[in-house]
Amino acid sequence: MKKISALLLLVLMIGVLAACGSTEPAAAPTEAPAVAEEAAPAEEAAPAEESGSKTYVFVPKGLGIPYFDTANKGAQEAAAELGVAVTYTGPATADATEQIQVLNALIAQGVDGLSISANDSDALVPTGKDAMESGIPVVSWDAAIAEGGRNAHINQADAEGIGVVQVEMVSDLIGGAGQIAILSATSTAPNQNEWIEYMKTELEKPEYADIELVTVVYGDDEDEKSYNEAIGLMRTYPDLKGIISPTTVGIAAAARAVQDQERVGEVFVTGLGTPNQMREYVKSGAAPAFALWNPADLGYLSIYALNAIATGQIEGKPGDTFEAGKLGSYTIAEDGSVLLGAPTVFNIDNIDDFDF
Amino acid sequence: MTSKQSLGDFFKRWEWLLVLLIFLVTIVNARLTPYFLDTRNLMRATSDFMELGLMMLPMVFIIITGNIDLSVASMMAMCASLMGWLHMQGTNIWVAMAAALLLGLLAGFLNGYLVARVKLPSLVVTLGTFAFYRGMAYALLGDQAARGYPESFTFLGQGSIGSIRFPFSAVLFIIFAVIFSLILYKLKFGRYLYVIGNNEEAGFYAGVNVVRTKLLIFMMSGFMSALAGIVLAARFGSTRPDIGTGLELAVITAVVLGGVSISGGSGTMIGAILALVLIGEMRFGMGLINIPGQGQNIVIGFLLILSILIPHVGRELTSGNVKVNKAMVGKTAVALIMIALFAIFFFWSRTLLIA
Repeated sequence: MKKISALLLLVLMIGVLAACGSTEPAAAPTEAPAVAEEAAPAEEAAPAEESGSKTYVFVPKGLGIPYFDTANKGAQEAAAELGVAVTYTGPATADATEQIQVLNALIAQGVDGLSISANDSDALVPTGKDAMESGIPVVSWDAAIAEGGRNAHINQADAEGIGVVQVEMVSDLIGGAGQIAILSATSTAPNQNEWIEYMKTELEKPEYADIELVTVVYGDDEDEKSYNEAIGLMRTYPDLKGIISPTTVGIAAAARAVQDQERVGEVFVTGLGTPNQMREYVKSGAAPAFALWNPADLGYLSIYALNAIATGQIEGKPGDTFEAGKLGSYTIAEDGSVLLGAPTVFNIDNIDDFDF
Repeated sequence: MTSKQSLGDFFKRWEWLLVLLIFLVTIVNARLTPYFLDTRNLMRATSDFMELGLMMLPMVFIIITGNIDLSVASMMAMCASLMGWLHMQGTNIWVAMAAALLLGLLAGFLNGYLVARVKLPSLVVTLGTFAFYRGMAYALLGDQAARGYPESFTFLGQGSIGSIRFPFSAVLFIIFAVIFSLILYKLKFGRYLYVIGNNEEAGFYAGVNVVRTKLLIFMMSGFMSALAGIVLAARFGSTRPDIGTGLELAVITAVVLGGVSISGGSGTMIGAILALVLIGEMRFGMGLINIPGQGQNIVIGFLLILSILIPHVGRELTSGNVKVNKAMVGKTAVALIMIALFAIFFFWSRTLLIA
């Protein structure tokens, strides 16, 4: 009996071994050359400072998030233009611990550059330092790594640009004259308050003299509260022509309120939103235009910046200037950041080009 | 378990399969990428798993007694947050660290008291404290991060020893692994854990102080979670209340993969440590060939199911009275299908990479 049991066990073990053994080494011959091909030219290219054969890695906060997938499209576009390879990989969940594990594996492979949207600006500093000490340039985008842990950061937008574009949009929509209101997030939200200040400054300009900002209300970034506040605005101000909502929750709720109240064409909603969430309202005319930075451009610019540093065109110091393909020329600011530029306006003409 | 202790039985142990798998994974990894067998890289990867390892040691004790502690990652976050908060109030970092360890003991005591004294099921108790302790972490720090730790402190997580850069956190882990192994194998306390896991009532009548034993293991868990939190804070150079979210499941996975029975009564410390090494090697190896996180989770998940299935089928096959019946064939088929799926997944993920 003992013999039989030992034999059976042996068979089982061999079965397991064969399963692991046959798949892994069997895959190896196809895999190994691929790795070798990628690695070898990269090593050769390093001293030559060619951009042609570099491999960069584009790391989002987490995989499977449409916003980051869109950013990757831009990164791949830049890669094709530059003739470099850009790999898209990251943690399964948007979590710093896992992101660091991913980054460590990438540093270990000796990739040529890292472009990262950080889950935790401080926690990634030691990892970023480690990468830079190993000769791997680091650029952060979307969410910054704190200074000291990266060569440069690509900033999606500045507060003034965001304020200005929203006033321009509302002015276009209401024909340059009439009452408007702002539906914000919470009354203490620092981003929104800063943007609203810039909007007010912009509205003081003579070309907006006929526009009257009647009130600012707060929907607390809750869908139902924002919806009710929007209905309240339309009841209180029957002549209201425009609502600016500088928050993704508020803008969708306000557009829905305008639709439900059958005021499409009389009251126009604009502000900051995402294409997938606003598509319906752009098409119905409740919110014909809204703005946000284009994540694809953000990814595109980050790869150009990374390539400029990795190939030694620039050092990544404040004041350095580099070319970024279709986006033009950029300069690194005093704090090591690069500003993407004015937000992108989404409307009926371009909304179907975006999926995030 | 059979009474006869033959050579066959010795090699039948789950630990040997783990050793074999580690060996295999090492060879495959080394063949697949030239970066795997690089001391610096291996050391860097090691430090990624040390917090998990520190929390795993007391978890082995808890699961051997047939209990579970789901609150480890939450305790870790709470204790690290307290330390960060105290540090930001101007408290000396070492005092803050001591306070964090004390809070860990206290949090573990609360778990242990409810489980051992009030006799509530540990799954429910720690599911409750899992939410409660995480909430406390947010209450302490809100959505901000504690930062600015002195360099003498961040050495705990970032420091390394010698020219091969052996991480300091790994030294810490080895010290505690030895201590916990000695407790399990050399002290009566360790024997009691198995007794409680096999038959708590019988243990009680045999004179085992069940309440005190359980209380102690949950306190150990709290203490080690606090220590893990301190190491993690030191490695990150900052503390956020959301650190280590979901880590409790990774800890339990390592313990179960190590052959510790989830229903209690059996399992070894060396098995759990081997499983930790295996998971670490596999994750690092898969990371090196750029298999994304979700893919890694699929592989680890399959491995976990196989780790319960194979010994189960193996035991039945070797139990002496092999009868070919439907249930037996079914189980073997399931095992084989799992292995096949595992293989297919590997092929599939590799082809993706090449493309």
